[in-house]
Amino acid sequence: MTAMAALSRADVEHVAHLARLGLTEAELGRLETELNHILDQYAILARLDTEAIPPTAQTIELENILRDDEAGPSLPVTDVLANAAEVSADFIVVPAILAGPEAGTR
Amino acid sequence: MSGGSGEPDLARRGVVELGALLRRGEVRAVDIAAAHLERAERQNRALNAWLSIERETALAAAAEADRRLAEARRAGPDAVAACHPLLGIPVALKDLVSVRGGPCTAGSRILAGYRAPYDAHITERLRAVGAVILGKTNMDEFAMGSSTEHSAYGPTANPWALDRVPGGSSGGPAAAVAAYHVPVAIGTDTGGSIRQPASLCGIVGLKPTYGRVSRYGIVAFASSLDQIGPFGRSVQDAAILLHAVAGRDARDSTSAPVPVPDELLTLPDDEAAVAWLRGRRLALPREYFVPGMEPGVEAAVRAAVAALEAAGARIEEVSLPHTEYGLATYYIVAPAEASANLARYDGVRFGPRLGEGRDYIADYKRTRGEGFGAEVKRRIMLGTYALSAGYYDAYYLKAQKVRTLIKADFDRVFADGFEAIVAPTSPSVAFPLGSKLADPVAMYLSDACTLPVNMAGLPGLSIPCGLSEGLPVGLQLIGPPWSELTLFRLGRAYEAITADAPWRRLEPADLAALDDPATPTPAERLARARAAAAVGAAD
Repeated sequence: MTAMAALSRADVEHVAHLARLGLTEAELGRLETELNHILDQYAILARLDTEAIPPTAQTIELENILRDDEAGPSLPVTDVLANAAEVSADFIVVPAILAGPEAGTR
Repeated sequence: MSGGSGEPDLARRGVVELGALLRRGEVRAVDIAAAHLERAERQNRALNAWLSIERETALAAAAEADRRLAEARRAGPDAVAACHPLLGIPVALKDLVSVRGGPCTAGSRILAGYRAPYDAHITERLRAVGAVILGKTNMDEFAMGSSTEHSAYGPTANPWALDRVPGGSSGGPAAAVAAYHVPVAIGTDTGGSIRQPASLCGIVGLKPTYGRVSRYGIVAFASSLDQIGPFGRSVQDAAILLHAVAGRDARDSTSAPVPVPDELLTLPDDEAAVAWLRGRRLALPREYFVPGMEPGVEAAVRAAVAALEAAGARIEEVSLPHTEYGLATYYIVAPAEASANLARYDGVRFGPRLGEGRDYIADYKRTRGEGFGAEVKRRIMLGTYALSAGYYDAYYLKAQKVRTLIKADFDRVFADGFEAIVAPTSPSVAFPLGSKLADPVAMYLSDACTLPVNMAGLPGLSIPCGLSEGLPVGLQLIGPPWSELTLFRLGRAYEAITADAPWRRLEPADLAALDDPATPTPAERLARARAAAAVGAAD
């Protein structure tokens, strides 16, 4: 791992956009400081030569866990819909992402 | 034992004692539930351990337990013996476990008003054995934190010193058990979130092997690390709760088809535990006495190790050379997984949906920006950055490779024939409310001794081992995969050899203050600490 360039204010804004997080000016400023401080802690990893080391994604040796392809009862629709912000009949109303002049423009 | 009218104080008793009283017909489950509910309701203002207390459903569950017990008694002694020891016993759940129809906030504003549409697997299991769920307890938002100060619903106090944190993220369940609101409780542990609060509250807490308990119906934080586990005031009580919830469940494909030993229900008594301990090889990793560890904590842990050795255990110092890389590795892997898991909180299927309804991305940003707290935002930002184009290899892949090295350290120790590792749980005792909020890295360091265990997927048990400056210290026992029974036996042996230690007779020092209406709430205490810090900074 090579030394990382510090995170700029523009980088912080870009990452916030990728994460779909609306942040205030104060939050962006604070995060710029805090994230750089935390990234400094990562530098220690550069000391280790991991070229030949395989990555570990999980620690128990379970493979190909599949269930039988059998239909079973699902949750009642009313229960599923109960937490949605907006509902129409048996459907959740979702924000439009395709239609309309403003929708989806970034 | 207090209690005015010759009534035993039911809330002071553990699972085993309460079970014996129930089976002998000396008390009813409804009396046990009522005693605990009354205490929890009365003291929660000053402790803030509970986010919801479900009195009516708890009393109904207790009445059902009484019916089951009466039926078993009619059927004969075998039927009574076949009842699970948790039948009729009050339990608290960390507020990220789904209970059908009930709240499940995960300590976050973004889940305010959410009602769980189904039971978690462990909720089903607890209902099946007849445990009585009293309610849901406080936690750091989405289990991210080491102090419970990152809850959107205010911090929890530590019953040993109300101006200090209970640890976290499972600070609510730990404080509730320490304050005798419940004998046992369920927490989750992603980097130390059961063991560290157990240590800081002076109780027993187990993080089981990754895959031991099904996570179906649990709010996810970091899916390759999260594990559910028990708290109790004794090793046996915690083992009983693990027994009730552990085992394979087809709805969580990471839950392993490994048998759950029934011996968890009948751990050795004092004499047998001490006999069992003789000749056991235990490893003491030198790296776990980390820089910055409080001298009083180190002294208590070293005294505990000496006591184990004096009782016949064979202790040898070992090296886990990659321990110092644990923090950086964890704070890449866990936020990366969290940033993916928390993408679901977008206001579409559940939670509030904020915004104008014209620009959906702007609305997502507003919903998430107002719904998440500061620590969760920090971790989402870290994780998103670590996974973003150009940085994946440098951060996430690198961390996963170092994870291999951390796990190999542990594998080597167990391959050398050590039965378990003994180590400190936390480098400090409970710290004052507000003291680490301004410095995220200082807060992260309080999990330095616990997070490598999650990286390796191993079980870790924290048991009380004494006091430093009047506050509890935890001893951590770490074993190979699926060795929970061994860890509990070891914990039992330590309880036995320290049964006469003066600190064993002490109760949390601030219990009486919980009953005083003049006692400030934890939120008021935190606000005062912050105001004092601001004045100090301005000077």
